[in-house]
Amino acid sequence: MTDFLLKTSHLSKTFGSLLATDRVNFEVREGETHAVIGPNGAGKTTFIKQISGELRPDAGTIHFAGEDITTLPAPRRSRKGLARSFQITSIYRDFSALDNVALAVQAHAGHSFRFWRPAREDLSLTRPARQVLEKVDLEKRADILAANLAHGEQRQLEIAMALATQPRLLLLDEPVAGMGTEESQRMIELLATLKGEKTMVLVEHDMDAVFTLADRISVLVYGRIIATGTPAQIRANPQVRAAYLGEDA
Amino acid sequence: MAFSPRTWILLALLLLLAAVPPVADYFGQPFYLDLLRRVMIFAIAAVSLNLILGYGGMVSFGHAAYLGIGAYAVGILAHYGINNGWLQWSLAIVASALVAAAIGSISARTSGIYFIMITLAFTQMLYYLGISLEEYGGDDGMQLKVRSQFSGLIDLNDASAFYYLVLAILAAFLYLSRRLVNSRFGLVLQAARSNEARTRAIGFSPYPYRLAAFIISGAMCGVAGALLVNHTAYLTPEFMNWTRSGELMFMVILGGIATTSGPLLGAAALLLLEDVLQGWSVLPKWLHEHWQLYLGVILVLVVLFARRGLASLLPGNEHHD
Repeated sequence: MTDFLLKTSHLSKTFGSLLATDRVNFEVREGETHAVIGPNGAGKTTFIKQISGELRPDAGTIHFAGEDITTLPAPRRSRKGLARSFQITSIYRDFSALDNVALAVQAHAGHSFRFWRPAREDLSLTRPARQVLEKVDLEKRADILAANLAHGEQRQLEIAMALATQPRLLLLDEPVAGMGTEESQRMIELLATLKGEKTMVLVEHDMDAVFTLADRISVLVYGRIIATGTPAQIRANPQVRAAYLGEDA
Repeated sequence: MAFSPRTWILLALLLLLAAVPPVADYFGQPFYLDLLRRVMIFAIAAVSLNLILGYGGMVSFGHAAYLGIGAYAVGILAHYGINNGWLQWSLAIVASALVAAAIGSISARTSGIYFIMITLAFTQMLYYLGISLEEYGGDDGMQLKVRSQFSGLIDLNDASAFYYLVLAILAAFLYLSRRLVNSRFGLVLQAARSNEARTRAIGFSPYPYRLAAFIISGAMCGVAGALLVNHTAYLTPEFMNWTRSGELMFMVILGGIATTSGPLLGAAALLLLEDVLQGWSVLPKWLHEHWQLYLGVILVLVVLFARRGLASLLPGNEHHD
């Protein structure tokens, strides 16, 4: 059981009469990149939100690093090492790129009831922030207002903010959504550099990204996981082909 | 640290204000001293409101409550013959902070329209409480017979000494709020305003920071209340009227939310315009008669043409201050 960094058991969530998450058992091994795929409306984002703590499940449990986090609020989960990127870019648009990342560093550097020293001159925040910006190839854009970055750069910035919290698990909600071919190729390359180094849960529509990056894939249809396996197994699974991949072909 | 153009302008404004007493004295116009002292007292209140409204995104429609509490703290102690300013003003600060803690602990859990309504509702409660306190003059209010005494250190009956005290407090609060908003605390506060979901996702719980900001802001405004009652030498529940809260909000928005100099510019613009339209005998009579109407028109124009407030008309950029 301790082999799993993240494990959900019988996780369920309903909205009215809609079963958005239906008794989901889901396991992520330490170090793997685990993709969650499924057609539109399959409940992928609802599922991610329960893991990140934005939604409280109706039933079932979530264990992270051997600890029951089912009722923990999102900020506490972040401090335990769960980081997430959003399907719709979520950054501080009115702050510089560097500020965005430095805030993520600050959130994990003890309490922020410090009222006097200028945070932007605090090297213990800005130095690690610049290192992370370098990692996602944004170091030259550090002083640009986040709102003025290109769409692809904003998504990279989101990854940088997640990395700056030094997470044990990265939850990536459609990281290449809305990107052009070139931009999404850059993002896939960036994620490939993190592969192995970080455990990742990747929710994605883009099959290029999924089959390039994933070690294992789980297929979510109508709130249920119908199959889990290696990319080759998933490709060959007739149930999956019927429910999902078939639609694309 | 090099000063930005905006900081220089603000410093120049404060110097200009410092030059007013001798000039007004030379021309024999003590009235302007009085007017500008009032402007600065409201600027202090607006600085405190800007902290939560501008930087924290918490639209408090009840900030006059702390003006009132500060004023009542001084007035009530004076009523019982306690004229010691240190004591009075300490009580003003502590009482404002406590009330802000109580109101904030509830309102800071909400946002948007709920936040506005809760802060308004609490202030209305305090307003009616003030009216019902017959001992302290009820809705007529009561005179502050003796201004706060500071062990002979400063005499508030000396118009120019009082003026400089207000100016010094304004300058100190401007500096204080500037330090605060650029500190770690201030950045969390602004981050929570900018994007709450993101702020929670990177590991901050916004609530305690918002509550702390609310309390600090209330305490600062309590000082403005203590100054105001000494300024008018009269205590009245009207200090807590909801229109007063609205005026404070207007000053902050007119001046430019989340800017250092905005609250001062907004307070000055609103109160000086009011005074000019109301009182200047050189202006035609039709202007005096419906001055509120013309004030409204001017304010609408400013809001339309300087969307981000008067401070946005200044050179430079707030972000790189």
